[in-house]
Parts: sequence; structure tokens; C-alpha cells
Amino acid sequence: MVPAIYYVVLSAILFGLGVIAFIFKRNIISIFMSIELMLNAVNLAFVAFSQSQGNLDGQIFVLFVIIVAAAEAAVGLGIIILIARNRQSLNVERVDLLKL
Amino acid sequence: MTPQLLVFFVLAALAVIGALSLMLQKHPIHSALSLIVVMVALAGLYLLMGAEFVAAVQIIVYGGAIMVLFVFVIMLLNAGVEEHSNFSKLAGYAGVPLGIALTGFIAAAIARSTVSVQAATPGASIASTGDISRMLFKEFVYPFELTSFLILVAIMGALVLAQREK
Amino acid sequence: MIDSLTTFLNAHAFLIITIVKIALLLFIVLTVNAYLTWFERKMVAHIQSRWGPHRVGPHGLLQPLADGAKFLLKEDPTPAGVDKFVYYLAPLLALTLALTSLAVIPFGPDPIRVLGHDIYLSITPPDLNIGLLVLFAITALSVYGVALAGWSSNSKYPLLGGLRSSAQMISYELSMTLSVVGVLLMANSFNLSKIIMAQAAHPERGIFGWNIWPQLIGFFCFFTAAVAETNRVPFDLPEAESELVAGFHTEYASFKFAMFFIAEYTSMITVSCLCTIMFFGGWLSPFPASWHFAFYLPSLILIPFGLWVIWDGIRYETIWGRVILPGIGTAIALIGIALVVFPQVNDYIQAPFWFLAKVFAFLFFYVWMRGTLPRLRYDQLMSFGWKLLLPLSIANVIVTSFIILLRSPK
Repeated sequence: MVPAIYYVVLSAILFGLGVIAFIFKRNIISIFMSIELMLNAVNLAFVAFSQSQGNLDGQIFVLFVIIVAAAEAAVGLGIIILIARNRQSLNVERVDLLKL
Repeated sequence: MTPQLLVFFVLAALAVIGALSLMLQKHPIHSALSLIVVMVALAGLYLLMGAEFVAAVQIIVYGGAIMVLFVFVIMLLNAGVEEHSNFSKLAGYAGVPLGIALTGFIAAAIARSTVSVQAATPGASIASTGDISRMLFKEFVYPFELTSFLILVAIMGALVLAQREK
Repeated sequence: MIDSLTTFLNAHAFLIITIVKIALLLFIVLTVNAYLTWFERKMVAHIQSRWGPHRVGPHGLLQPLADGAKFLLKEDPTPAGVDKFVYYLAPLLALTLALTSLAVIPFGPDPIRVLGHDIYLSITPPDLNIGLLVLFAITALSVYGVALAGWSSNSKYPLLGGLRSSAQMISYELSMTLSVVGVLLMANSFNLSKIIMAQAAHPERGIFGWNIWPQLIGFFCFFTAAVAETNRVPFDLPEAESELVAGFHTEYASFKFAMFFIAEYTSMITVSCLCTIMFFGGWLSPFPASWHFAFYLPSLILIPFGLWVIWDGIRYETIWGRVILPGIGTAIALIGIALVVFPQVNDYIQAPFWFLAKVFAFLFFYVWMRGTLPRLRYDQLMSFGWKLLLPLSIANVIVTSFIILLRSPK
């Protein structure tokens, strides 16, 4: 069987990759997707701990994280659509002033 | 090298390759496809650990609904290849090692925290749908009902935000 | 040498049996797909008072081979300006997902005992506790094949067709998953074999024990939503020939179009299998267990059919037909006679026979709908899905759970 620490290390690697992608990408949608990657990494850690400890709290929490990520994606993409409409660009460096 | 370890390494490699591809691809649709690969690999890992309901929900909700939303928005906004803009080379040379250091720090902190993490092996028991639903409706019924409100608010918010200007 | 080979085979029996089952199932499903296209063309033609394909082989039976040769040998152009990776990925994704969904379908209850190993009649072992969820996951992922195909073609009509088609698929996905919840509440499991066994709880009821009677509304919602998911008539506006050129697969030529085509027919087969499993008793016989003549029904059907094929073949117009058709007819009649002569085989063949008979009945219904029904306009289609089917599915869930609650012993 695979020890739990392997899953936790994989989760940390995915989280780190998500952070690096968040910092270096310039497209708003790509930045948003790296947030989803970080959430997924955290989900992996939750499930690993839940199964290794034998109780189901971790998996219930994962279900809630998925639901909240869905709600966040819906609203976030709505905001992104508005930004794209107003600035005609999806480059995050063009959205750095409050003035149009 | 047991079969489970082999499957774990294959799926973990797939997940890491997907995440690297998310970072390195220039077109957002390719990043979205890489993220879907990561999610499917993670669903496979959940199955390997015995969390079958969470694996199914991950593919159905995350991979089949949320990522479809991302792909639709990328298609409708006609997002093109990312433009080349000059960010400081210093950030590149200092940022990536710091990111890797962050990863190692998190992993080491969790690994040294409790002994049970190193010793326990997930996958000893299969978490059936019945168990999860019993817990969801008995102990976690209050957060469950709150998430339904949350989704309602999110739907209304998305509708209001994406309306055409009158 | 033979000894070491047999020990190697016995040690890895599970893997080898699974690979052989996968190869066999792929071969059977692709052949059924090919002859399903023949059946559809013949039947739609006869509904429209014309003959379908009848030149290539007797009764057009070799038409699928001609179509296959055409798809393989036609020029396969790639339009300019497409996103190459996504353009090649989309049909591959659609085909892979459609074929993968057949892995969880159980074709019969009892395993075959060969050389000391049990071979179950399904690719996944029968104790997969999330069988139905896997099917929904694959249905959810198959939206990508359509959306990415439409977008990557770098052209207006495929983009519109792809967006419309994928919006339709995700709308009907909701009603599809909710309408099944009634069946799940009655069977208490996501396992497809257990859903069938829950309908066999009263074997003397026969056809009246099936899930169709308590879940009539659920069946209507599920079948309609599934027809919309597979983009078939009356919901095939996004890919109809007279609209939007050909929808999302406009820019796809020979073999890539064939992949979409096979994916569509395979998902038709999967939906038919699901309908029979969940609402029509799967492999259960419609006759009560005490009616013993039902035991010989496969032979009773096969032998007259074989004799009719022989009689029709003898009077056929071409020489080829006069040779091949009686040959096929004698083969069918001999299988029917063999079933009478070997009762153990007949015993074993009952369950898959009823399963396949019901699946073919559903495929017949699908083709019948294609020949007779007009198609819905896109806004009618979307309002039907959101305003009628979804509330109906939710109402089905509420009423079913209420009745189960009232009937359960406290």
C-alpha cells in the first residue's frame, strides 16, 4: 500500500506549482485556473488524511470545497467576462489601474 | 514495487505533468485541458485510496461542469495566445526557487507534524456512498443547507454580472 | 515450457482475461455499430417508402464494409488555422469516452467457469459500487468532445454548432442524473447488477416487477434526456444536415468524422443498455419463473427466423444473394436447434438473450424516432429541458422518496 506521506508530498508539489503559475501567468483565466489547481491539491491532502485516519470528515470537507469552488468559478468567470468587455483585453497587466 | 505503488506513480506523474503543462502553455485552452488532465489523475488517486464517491463527484462536478464553464468562457471571449510582456528577469530567477522552497517547506512541515502521517496507509477501507451520505445528512446537515444558499447566491450573481447592458 | 506458460497465465489470469474481454467487447460493439448504421438506413428508408442500400451485397448487408473502406481511404484534409492539438484530440476524446462507458455494463449475472477461473460477463468486476456514477462521469466528460471540436475548427458554423450542442448536453445532463434517483432509491445501490437484482425480488411477477411501473415518469425523463444527450432526433438540431451545415463536425473529414459517428452510435447503445438495466429489468425474463416454455423462447425465435432467411434468400435476385442468404439462414437455424439440444447452454444463454433483445428493442425505437419525428428548434429544445424535464425529474425524486418513506417499516 502507498503510505499517506506520498500523497501529502504530491499535494504540496501541486500546490507549489499552482502558486508559481498564479504568479507568472498573465491571462486572467489562466490565473483563475491555477487557483483551481491549488484547491485540488488541498483536496488531495484532505482525502489522504481522511482515509489514513479512518473517519470521513475529510471527504465531507472535500465535497464542500468542490461546491464552493463551483460557486466561486461561476461568479469569478462572470467578473472576468465583465473585465473583458470593459477593457477589451484579458491581460492582467492592463487591469492594474482603477481608471479605464 | 506493488501494483498500487506503480499506479500511484503513474497517476502522480500524470498530475505533475498536467500542472507543469498548465504553467508552461501559452494558450488558455491548452491550460484548461491540462487542468482537466490533473483533475482526472486526482480522481484516479482518490479511487486508489478508496474514496470512490469523492472520485466520481470530482469528475462529474469539477471536470464535467466547472471546467466546461472555463472552456466555454475561453471560447466565447476568444482568448488568444498570451502576449509577451517584459516582466523582470529577477522575479523569474528568484521566484521559481522560492516557490519550490515553499513546496518543500509545506511538505516537510506536514511530514514532521504527526507520526501518524508517515505510518498510516490510506485505502484500508472503502468509503461507501451510504456512509458519506449518512454523515452529510446527520452531522453536517447545517453546512449542507448553507451551501445550497451559497449556490443560489452564486447563480443570481452570475446572472446579474453577465447580463447585456441595457 | 508449456508448464511455465500455464503457470504464468494462471498467475496473471485476471489481467489476461480482462484484456481478452476488452478486445472481444470492442470487436462486438464496433460490428454492432456498423450494422446499426445499415439497420438505420434500411429502416428510415422503408419508413419513407423507398429501399435503403440494396446493391452492395444481398439486402445491402455489405454496405457497412463499403462505408468503412470509404472512411479509411478518403482524403483527410486539415483546414488552415486550426489548433492542431485540439483538432486531433476532439474526435479521439469522443470515441474513447463513448467506448469506455461500455466497461461497466453487466451483460449477464453468472460467470462462465473456464479452466478454474470465473469469467464475469462484464469488464469491471460485478462489485463495482459506483457503476452508475462512472457512467454519469463519462457522460459529463463527453461534452468536451463536442465543444472542442466546434471551437478548434476555426470556422463560424462549427463554433455555433459546437456551442449549441454542448449547451444542450449540459442542460439535459441534469435531468438525466436526477431522473435516475428514483431507481437508486428503490435499489439502494449504484451498482448496476444490484439494480437489476432489486427488480428480481419477486420472480413470480415477471414483467410486473420491473422498475418501469413505479417509475414511469422517471423513465420518460431519462429516455428523453438521454436522447438529447446523444444528439439524436428530435434533438439533433446542432448536427442536422439542413441546419448549420453539419454542426460541430463540419470540418472533420473521413476518419475523424467516422470517429464522431462511431461515438454517437456507441453512446446510443450505452443509453439503450442503461434503460434496460434501470427500468426494464436488464437480463430478467418478462415471464414469471414458473412458465417453463419461456425457456425455449430463444430457439422459438431463431429457428423460424433462420428458415425465413433461407426462404427469402432462395428467391433473391442476384446469385451472391442466393448463396449467402441461405447460408446465413442455416447458421441461424442451426444455432436455434443447438440451443434445444444442449440445455446447459440454453440455460446459460437466457440472461444475455433477454438483455440483448431489450437493447435491440430500444435501438429499434431510436431509429423509429429518427424516421418519424421532426426536430425541435433550439429555443424550444432548451425551454423543454429546463422548464419541463428538470421540474418533472425533481418532482419524481420528491414523490418517490416520500412514498418510500411512508412504506418503510418504522
